[in-house]
Amino acid sequence: MENNEDVLILAIESSCDETAAAVVKNGRSVLSNVINSQIDIHTEYGGVVPEIASRKHIENINPVIQMALDKANVTLDDITAVAVTYGPGLVGALLVGVAEAKAIAWAKKKPLVGVHHIEGHISANYIEHKDLKPPFAALVVSGGHTHLVHVKDYGCYEIIGRTRDDAAGEAFDKVARAVGLGYPGGPKIDKLAKEGNPNAIEFPRAKVDDAPFDFSFSGIKSAVLNYLNSCEMKGVEVNRADLVASFQNAVVEALVSRAIKLAEDMKLDKLALAGGVAANSALRNAMEEACTKKGIALYYPSMGLCTDNAAMIGAAAYYEYINGTRHGWDLNAVPNLKLGERV
Amino acid sequence: MRILAIESSAITASVAVVEDDVLMAEYTVNYKKTHSQTLLPMIDEVFKMTEMEPESIDVVAVSVGPGSFTGLRIGAATGKGIAFATGRDMVEVPTLAAMAYNMYGTDKLICPVMDAKRRHLYAGLYRFNKSGEVENIKEQMLISYEDLSDMINKMGQSVVFIGDGIAVAKDTFIEKLEVEYEFAAAHMNTQRAGSVAMLAKAMVARGETVPAEALRPDYLRPSQAEREKMGDNS
Repeated sequence: MENNEDVLILAIESSCDETAAAVVKNGRSVLSNVINSQIDIHTEYGGVVPEIASRKHIENINPVIQMALDKANVTLDDITAVAVTYGPGLVGALLVGVAEAKAIAWAKKKPLVGVHHIEGHISANYIEHKDLKPPFAALVVSGGHTHLVHVKDYGCYEIIGRTRDDAAGEAFDKVARAVGLGYPGGPKIDKLAKEGNPNAIEFPRAKVDDAPFDFSFSGIKSAVLNYLNSCEMKGVEVNRADLVASFQNAVVEALVSRAIKLAEDMKLDKLALAGGVAANSALRNAMEEACTKKGIALYYPSMGLCTDNAAMIGAAAYYEYINGTRHGWDLNAVPNLKLGERV
Repeated sequence: MRILAIESSAITASVAVVEDDVLMAEYTVNYKKTHSQTLLPMIDEVFKMTEMEPESIDVVAVSVGPGSFTGLRIGAATGKGIAFATGRDMVEVPTLAAMAYNMYGTDKLICPVMDAKRRHLYAGLYRFNKSGEVENIKEQMLISYEDLSDMINKMGQSVVFIGDGIAVAKDTFIEKLEVEYEFAAAHMNTQRAGSVAMLAKAMVARGETVPAEALRPDYLRPSQAEREKMGDNS
């Protein structure tokens, strides 16, 4: 039996290549967190194929939701509200989760709460760290996103910096492909880099003029590709471990320096990492070191909550729900939804 | 028995509730808004107008394809969500066979056609028998304008075309067809959930229902990435 005042959210996430559902109590307590990953299928194509991802979502979504309810030991009748990621992401993939969530909420007469995917990533920290409360600085880094965010309050965000071109995770994937490591690039580079010298090759720390908090990773990526080409032309064998360690070092330094600057400039004593690249060990270590030096408390989710999952959507949805957010049956997927934007 | 039927395979969004032999409600919208914005509000409206609760439905029928990949999935996910929440089974209704029901009563060969791009159509061939059941002469398929014309010529029977495929393939049909043919009137040309429900009713009677988790869109065409991998571009 659940306490009547408990808020139980059934959350659904299908913005990319993971079909996920979770049941979350009061925003912080995960009763279940089911993820069906399609990574093996997309690896064959060297990256996520949107149409294939959408086709897998429609096949997997009902069993994933059923498993989330079963593992939480609840039924739909026990659920307070249904939450779903409605952007940003792949439109065809998002639409499966959105249509399914709306239909379940409608048929069970439950409130519907649409959630921003990145707000979900940031909120993964609420699950891991029960004491974490806004305001804090957040660095969101994944295959699709690189954002520096001032989290002013629950559901209140200001984007302070963003990437001007590739997302950090995208740069990892492209470099991994160029050196023959394959997809997904992040974990593979992280592993190989441990055997290399991060200072072996000097790659540019691309700055964006007049925008001290913005990122640009295409320059670093191009420098890696140029380095590979010139080695090939000269017939020099490439030390792959040194190369990816140096590349990773350049990316990590850009991320750490700007995140620390944000916390200092805004006088925030807390910094949270979020998104798939937050699982990168070099980033975690460098950020830990820099934060310790500056007296900033660093928060990051465990590995399983860094990558796409529905528990984080349930955490974000809880604060939306208690703030009064309710979406209508005409809720649509918004592939380029902006952080902090409400539709 | 009450059937909720959902049709969103092409531009038309359509929802119907059929109870035994009565079409209680049918709501069809042919407008630029996406199915994601229209379909569930339409279902909500139909239930309000007929003073029904979601639990009063016995089975959820979805027009599963072929058609727009995204449109098929919005219909399928909407139907799956309702069936999941109410614990009902579903019916995978072939879109083109359901369209044949728009021409109920004709003794001609019925050829529903949907534009599949690249000079191809999604098409099937159907006929109503003496007991009023639709018979599949040719199951729904992906076929070029020319090959469909040849197939119909070989059958040597008069045919009536329905569907948005007429608009793109008309010139080829006129040039190639050697049998008597006609094109259906505009009001019979769009997909209708009422027709989906009628075919679903016959399928339920034959025991052709599936659990909600098993329902799949019938795309009739692999994704572009899969086609390129196989070296096929049709």
